[in-house]
Amino acid sequence: MTTNRRDFLASAVTAAGAALTPELPHTHTHDHEHQAVPSDPALRVKALESLLVEKGLVDRAALDALVDTYENKIGPRNGARVVARAWVDPAYKTRLLADANDAMADFGYLSKQGDRMVVVENTSSVHNLIVCTLCSCYPWPVLGLPPVWYKSAPYRSRSVIDPRGVLREFGLDLPADVEVRVWDSTAELRYLVLPERPAGTEHLNEEQLAALVTRDSMVGVTKVAPPQAGVSS
Amino acid sequence: MNGIHDMGGMQDMGPIEYEKGEPVFHAPWESRVFAMFLAASAWRKWNLDAFRHTREVLPPDGYLRVSYYEQWFSGLLDLLVRRGLATAAEIASGVPAPGTAKATPPLTPDRIPAALPNRIRAKRDVEMSPRFQIGQRVRARNINPVGHTRLPRYARGKFGMVDRDHGVFVFPDTNAHFLGEKPQHVYSVRFAARELWGEQAPQKDSVYLDMWDDYLDPA
Repeated sequence: MTTNRRDFLASAVTAAGAALTPELPHTHTHDHEHQAVPSDPALRVKALESLLVEKGLVDRAALDALVDTYENKIGPRNGARVVARAWVDPAYKTRLLADANDAMADFGYLSKQGDRMVVVENTSSVHNLIVCTLCSCYPWPVLGLPPVWYKSAPYRSRSVIDPRGVLREFGLDLPADVEVRVWDSTAELRYLVLPERPAGTEHLNEEQLAALVTRDSMVGVTKVAPPQAGVSS
Repeated sequence: MNGIHDMGGMQDMGPIEYEKGEPVFHAPWESRVFAMFLAASAWRKWNLDAFRHTREVLPPDGYLRVSYYEQWFSGLLDLLVRRGLATAAEIASGVPAPGTAKATPPLTPDRIPAALPNRIRAKRDVEMSPRFQIGQRVRARNINPVGHTRLPRYARGKFGMVDRDHGVFVFPDTNAHFLGEKPQHVYSVRFAARELWGEQAPQKDSVYLDMWDDYLDPA
């Protein structure tokens, strides 16, 4: 059954929708697989959208709103605000680490009863790194959609066996005495790293701090850099 | 299944290719595939585990070569047909079968703000005793199912320690195949890097995996 499904899927990816037949015999060969790249995804996707709208399965305005939401509204700025709040408010930080859903509900990013989120804290002695080795799980509500590198084979394969090597590729060379914890998102928990507050930021307010926090630091592949010298806060 | 998607611990996949100022989508069609999948999922004819499995059964070389949203597209087509929302003939022709009544889409723009924070819907508020306690030593089972599983190969047979109990969630190994939710506790389990990768790994480092009751034995 799996083999037939696989052939079915190979054909779904191969031919321009025309060869979508689940009854394909088992003719699985490598020649066949090498053709598995769609030549015209844009046209095929457009055709599917017309069909689904025509059938009343999807609302085109909802599609537009979803794209707009993830292109313009939900992204790493959400996570940055959470991080900055935790940096300036110790009680908030305690709540965030104990129950991230509850703490993020303050911003409207998550509901208390909705999908589950976990925040792990980086310190001078512990460094956390987030990955999903099996697919692409990522904390959408606070970081938006994942970048290509996060979903790529090099990152997914190596983060668990050689996290320090991966971090060096991102320019972060951790001292040997820092403990590295990798979180492989194998279930429906979504992880966010609370990065360390950089030195030299004591005079900044919450909004200014949020502006320093990067997506990559909340995945754990980098640290938050101190404000650049000469740049006025 | 022991597929190419289960790549944790593989080596020589090349350098991480980082794109500065990366856009959310690299082409408009990617954004439409993304949105169509979310909107069509609102029919609740499938679940995320089933969707993941559509990508896992792609041919291994195709899995590595096609782009992420091409994987999504093929998975969406597969689910639409298998779960009865569209026929293969309709997808091939791009028009509804003659005489098909027009449905009413369940996801409308006004419902999006409420829908997104509860998109995954995998947690279940049922009272169940956990099989394991925080701090307990456990061993990940050595299982090799031909269907969907979220127990990666690199952790099978390895010893770890229960770090947290996240409560009760649906079980992907059955849920992906529409064989029931089989709700059970999920734990973060800490595995020492040396337990997973041998003596070359740094002594203090570790990998945490989220594990269902059915993935674990007491140790």
